Amino acid sequence: MVYNYTPKDFKSDQEVRWCPGCGNHAVLSSVQKALVELGIPKEKFAFISGIGCSSRFPYYMDTYGFHSIHGRASVIATGVKTANPELSVWLITGDGDALAIGGNHFIHAIRRNIDINIILFNNEIYGLTKGQYSPTSTKGLVTKTSPFGTVEEPFSVGELVVGAKGKFFARTIDTNVSLSTQIYIEAAKHKGTSVIEVLQNCVIFNDGIHDVIAEKEVRDDRTLILKHGQPMIFGKNNDKGLILEGCRKLKVVKLGENGITEKNILVHDALEPSPGIQYMLANMRYPECPVALGVIRSVDGPTYDNAVKEQIEGIQKTAKIKCMDDLLKSGSTWTVG
Amino acid sequence: MSKKSEVIEKEEVVIRFSGDSGDGMQLTGTLFSDTAALFGNDLSTFPDYPAEIRAPQGTVGGVSGFQVHLGHSKINTPGDFSDVLVAMNPAAIKANAKWIKPGGTIIYDKDNFTDKNIEKAGYEKDPILEEKLENYNVIAAPVSSMVKEALKDFGLDPKSVLRTKNMFALGMVYWLFDRKLKYTEDYFVKKFRNKPGMAEANKAALRAGYYYAETIEALNPTYKILPAQIAKGTYRNINGNSATAWGFIAAAEKAGLELFIGSYPITPATGILEELAARKDLGVKSFQAEDEIAGICTSLGASFAGDLAVTSTSGPGLALKSEAIGLAVMAELPIVIVNVQRGGPSTGLPTKTEQADLMQALYGRNGECPVIVIASSTPSDCFHFAFEAARIALEHMTPVLLLSDSYLANGTEPWKIPEMKDLPKINPPYADKTEIPFLPYKRDNEKLTRSWAIPGTVGMEHRIGGLEKTVKGTVSYTPENHEQMVRLRAEKVDRVVNEIPDLEVYGAKSGDLLVVGWGGSYGYLITAVGELQDEGHEVSLVNFNYINPLPGNVKDIFRSFKKIVVCELNMGQFANYLRIKHQEFSYEQINKVQGLPFTVNDIKEKCIKILEDK
Ligand SMILES: Cc1ncc(C[n+]2csc(CCOP(=O)(O)OP(=O)(O)O)c2C)c(N)n1
Ligand code: SF4
Ligand SMILES: [Mg+2]
Repeated sequence: MVYNYTPKDFKSDQEVRWCPGCGNHAVLSSVQKALVELGIPKEKFAFISGIGCSSRFPYYMDTYGFHSIHGRASVIATGVKTANPELSVWLITGDGDALAIGGNHFIHAIRRNIDINIILFNNEIYGLTKGQYSPTSTKGLVTKTSPFGTVEEPFSVGELVVGAKGKFFARTIDTNVSLSTQIYIEAAKHKGTSVIEVLQNCVIFNDGIHDVIAEKEVRDDRTLILKHGQPMIFGKNNDKGLILEGCRKLKVVKLGENGITEKNILVHDALEPSPGIQYMLANMRYPECPVALGVIRSVDGPTYDNAVKEQIEGIQKTAKIKCMDDLLKSGSTWTVG
Repeated sequence: MSKKSEVIEKEEVVIRFSGDSGDGMQLTGTLFSDTAALFGNDLSTFPDYPAEIRAPQGTVGGVSGFQVHLGHSKINTPGDFSDVLVAMNPAAIKANAKWIKPGGTIIYDKDNFTDKNIEKAGYEKDPILEEKLENYNVIAAPVSSMVKEALKDFGLDPKSVLRTKNMFALGMVYWLFDRKLKYTEDYFVKKFRNKPGMAEANKAALRAGYYYAETIEALNPTYKILPAQIAKGTYRNINGNSATAWGFIAAAEKAGLELFIGSYPITPATGILEELAARKDLGVKSFQAEDEIAGICTSLGASFAGDLAVTSTSGPGLALKSEAIGLAVMAELPIVIVNVQRGGPSTGLPTKTEQADLMQALYGRNGECPVIVIASSTPSDCFHFAFEAARIALEHMTPVLLLSDSYLANGTEPWKIPEMKDLPKINPPYADKTEIPFLPYKRDNEKLTRSWAIPGTVGMEHRIGGLEKTVKGTVSYTPENHEQMVRLRAEKVDRVVNEIPDLEVYGAKSGDLLVVGWGGSYGYLITAVGELQDEGHEVSLVNFNYINPLPGNVKDIFRSFKKIVVCELNMGQFANYLRIKHQEFSYEQINKVQGLPFTVNDIKEKCIKILEDK
């Protein structure tokens, strides 16, 4: 069935309250653009969020929405999807919401491979509480709770996803609306937990944290947009690529130098179940390497919601107990009078 | 089988099977109570096992017990003191000596009373003498050697042979109470379907015990407890956890909804999750979460999506769920939270019973956060109150906290099976088409409930969440709006009083003393009050199941008694709650916090003292 939606159909009547210039605005419009393309009726969408600036998102969507409590959105969403697998369930979360207070639920949702789409707004800071460091803040970052710089190692989202047996991981930048829209569409189509890390700018408390890779003049040289089946070539002049050095390390090479041609460049395989290279791609950091964007990993596997449904249906087919009265009378009973 | 010399008819009797955790006492007790139930006795049982799965063998800490109270009349408790104690080792004597009725019968396995075991139990030489039990009816049976003898031709390894000791002891008890062996023998056949040798061995041990008891004539007299006068119908034995689980399945059927449980294992609540996980045949979706927070949050998600959603836990888990209960109050979604209370605080006494989570249930959340609180009072009425909790949650769009306790969860009693056609239909307030555009916090005038628009319904898209909202669902920090919403949420809960039954008085409507209890203490209180009444005292009982809101007729009842005493297994939480809710009365208290239920005697003595105090 074709629904002639426009992005406007997904806008609610609520006034958007994010700071002017916040990266969240662009994410909102990318998502609204993506939903139009999915061929899913509006009433089948449910947006679930935790707490944080990013988690206000559901209020701005004219879909079913549930703004919940800090860190717990992935479990609420799991309940929604298990109760009704027909719904298209989207989870909106921040780096603190998903990886600090909600870290436990985050990895377990991924491990179960419940069919939900997780958009993780990574601004490497706690926005809503006004600027404390988060589990993704770069080591040494000076914030209100780390006036002398943090002394702890940050998480890498992709690493966590793979470690938790994740089957879909993508990365995008808030400002790149067309890439983001494409990724959201692919995530929605993927059956299983899809995690999309959005490098998002918080203009107030961590402004420009992603500029080093995201700014217009440099982004082509410092990011690699992955496409399944395409060689990993990047750069303003499409003259750089990745090769595998030994079997553990990705290395940037220049096309045309030292006899390197396109044939030597790695071809991206997002569908490969064994995550080795995808893992390395997800972990690439500037300046050693470009930061990988696009769908890094997309592997099919059984989903939790479907497994629950199939198990119940299978058992019901041959079950002797069909209703509560049957259960009440089953087993050891006796009659008086 | 054979003739007995002397048979005494008794109204009721309490038997306690006690031994090491590995001795199979729970099974022994269960088989005995099933046999008694089939015979037509009324009964109540209570298992009592150690917190450690493998507590050191032979020690008092490792003793596992199962008490059965059966009778010719209504039985409301597993009994205070036992008429018969079966002790498989010296530690079982140590653990139970003070709970045997003076002059009662003690059957023990003489072969297991070795010097080493006697010492392990903390005795010097002779447990019977050291406990001053020598004038009791003590039967020292060589259980271990007798089963070895009886099974010598079965070709079993020594360990398997000794594992039938409990059946030998059970055989002896069957003889003592003149019970048929058939039910137990049929059980062996079913259980050991694939090991017929084991079925035969257990049968042989059971019979050997039975004949042994007959031969020694030490168990004289034997007892007869006639069947009870119970209402016509079909019965089954049920414990509180299963009854709770079944109440939810029944409610889902009556509401035409699918049932979802999100839960994390914790003693003594785990049985509810296990029972529901086994009911895939009835479509139950069970989710074993990564923690209690995930348990309630998945349920809340399922509730948002239109399932009947429940979560089960015990005290420490309820603490973890508090924030999400607050969200449920704010989002006004139906959900039932079961708290099977155990001894606290912290990990406390995980396998023991207590009623000390009442204040936590009523008030343990941030903000003004009222929920409905209901408490079950017998193992079988857990079914009714689980059904009621679900009905109220669904029809009033509110979280309901259902309190049970370890004693109810594990205790069993015969239960007259209801028929589904006799249970009321449950009608949640679904939003209808006239409500488009849908306003999530628009309320029904009478009950103050909001309507339920389930995701997937065309044209009803809306947002809910933990932030304060206006009727329209818009986030609002306006002072007046917040106060109005706080009052509306409270009023919505208060109005449930119009739907709950009046409090019932057991006994005269006025008198010298009103005994007040709530939840799981009912059995002990009704027995104590019944006996006090028989002894001529002007004492009555009320036992609360509806805690918030309280029933509407409390004042009328309370004012007709000279004194009121509140009995509970905590330091006085319900008494204090009544002091808030009904300040005009003064309340005396009987409290116990030992991880154990009350005893009937204890309550009687204390009530008499209160009656005598001028
Ligand atoms: C239980 C609880 N603890 C703490 C908070 C305070 N709090 C709200 S949002 C937040 C961090 C949000 O950071 P993030 O998830 O990165 O979202 P952002 O605001 O950056 O989008 C914190 C600590 C809370 N609301 N609830
Ligand atoms: S504080 Fe930062 S993240 Fe929050 S709305 Fe403002 S810019 Fe966006
Ligand atoms: Mg953040």
